Amino acid sequence: MEHSRGALVRWSLVDVLVVLYALVPVLWITSLSFKDPATFTDGSFIPRAWTLENYQGIFDNADFTRGLINSIGIGLIATLIAIVFGTMAAYAVARLDFPGKGALVGASLLVAMFPQISLVSPLFQIERALGLFDTWPGLILPYITFALPLTIFTLSSFLREIPWELEQAAQLDGATPFQAFRQVIVPLAMPGMVTTAILTFIFCWNDFLFAISLTSSNRARTAPATISFFTGSSQFEDPAGSICAAAVVVTIPIVIFVLFFQRRIVSGLTSGAVKG
Amino acid sequence: MIRRSETDEKTAERRLGLWLCAPAALIMLLVTGWPILYSVLLSLQRYDLRFPKERAWIGLANYGAVLTDGFWWNAFWVTVLVTVVSVAIELVLGMLLALAMYRTLVARGAIRTLVLIPYGIVTVVAAYGWRYAWTPETGWLAGMLPEGSAPLTERTPALAIIILAEVWKTTPFMALLLMAGLAVVPNDLLQAASMDGATLWQRFFRVTLPLMKPAIMVALLFRTLDAFRIFDDIYVLTNGAADTSSVSVIAYHNLIGGLNLGIGSTMSVLVFLTVAVIAAAFIKGFGISTPGTQGGRR
Repeated sequence: MEHSRGALVRWSLVDVLVVLYALVPVLWITSLSFKDPATFTDGSFIPRAWTLENYQGIFDNADFTRGLINSIGIGLIATLIAIVFGTMAAYAVARLDFPGKGALVGASLLVAMFPQISLVSPLFQIERALGLFDTWPGLILPYITFALPLTIFTLSSFLREIPWELEQAAQLDGATPFQAFRQVIVPLAMPGMVTTAILTFIFCWNDFLFAISLTSSNRARTAPATISFFTGSSQFEDPAGSICAAAVVVTIPIVIFVLFFQRRIVSGLTSGAVKG
Repeated sequence: MIRRSETDEKTAERRLGLWLCAPAALIMLLVTGWPILYSVLLSLQRYDLRFPKERAWIGLANYGAVLTDGFWWNAFWVTVLVTVVSVAIELVLGMLLALAMYRTLVARGAIRTLVLIPYGIVTVVAAYGWRYAWTPETGWLAGMLPEGSAPLTERTPALAIIILAEVWKTTPFMALLLMAGLAVVPNDLLQAASMDGATLWQRFFRVTLPLMKPAIMVALLFRTLDAFRIFDDIYVLTNGAADTSSVSVIAYHNLIGGLNLGIGSTMSVLVFLTVAVIAAAFIKGFGISTPGTQGGRR
């Protein structure tokens, strides 16, 4: 299809606007993170004196590196468990007939709509009684719970698209049911599982409310929560430079995910939320 | 014989289905079902962790205390205001963004990637970006305001900035859902309308929008419930100063700052009930078929 020059120019302009929109606060925080403390408050968009001091500072900060480790560990474990349990349930919802299926789908929908704050008071008390407060499992459990509806919806809509006749065909060719499942269906389901895993990890990485309510030290506090507890090295020092540098560091993995898995994230989000 | 093996197969399928769902169902029940019941129990008690000896059953007194409290109602109306205004803006902006992503001629893939960035960025991080932007001295946006103004310390401008942060963060999500809705509008229908002499506006309002209605309603429901939970942006931008607390922020402060389990739980229950009412209103009132309910298997 041929397009007029004018249309191309107009659309490019729209694109530029969209790009600016998407990046505005990120650009600003990145610029601040490279600013020298002396020029920090000069209000200029581009740093006049570039420095890596803020980055050195946060990586020397045991709380922040610990927070990063917590974020990665808690996020990965929660994602893994949510994917395993979510895939099992999604397979059942997509492929099997059993009593209580409607109830499960309805319950997941309720959990998806659940206000997180409503869980904070009871979980605070229950986790303190069980000794889970300020531990990894204390955050992993709520993360799995809120990730499960996402996994079940996204994956069951994905699994419904798989031509299951292939499984029977493989069995006719002499494969056992398990071999047929392993070698034919699992590879087809893989992209859906990867998509769901990325969405789940982004969700865990992003959480703030649980991370600040259910932890009290750097034992389990995740990176976003750690950032919000930053104080300067003395009471006269503004931690803004460290906050900005830490914020950029926390953003990088997500930007990488988004760049690599853009297409899958889009299809996962839309199928999970709209098609069901 | 055949019949029996068929029923056996049915039973086996049922059993497998239940076993496969059991772990997911159990976790959801244990981490949401039990705590919400427990918070109802806590909300009926006087229970302040600073004075544990004064713990006692007091019936609905906590509800009376919260519901006659000016701070609670202020937080409630702030939450409603932020939800309604930001979801309304997101719908319009998201639709424009969806049309741009759907129709653009240049660099479509790149645009779709970049639009996802706000969705991926940690809300707290973005909120700091906005906070510094609007803080005098570090701020480029605050620098454009008249000398001596500090927008985040005054109620109206602070609320506007909170809405801005919320809209920035979640419009891409809205746009993606709407784009999925745009994809279901058949092109020949639009062409036919165009042949019949319908203008661009007429085609949009008479053909595209009605066909997109289900997608729009689902997007609205999800975004409304999500916006009602707003916490991160407010915590970072104002931490509830100048009467900008949302219900989540005020409940958090009562619990973690005040260590008042009774009042904190009462607020938790009230937020839960409000969200349930909103969800029921959407589903009953607008007849949304929620995801997953069509069920069935292929």
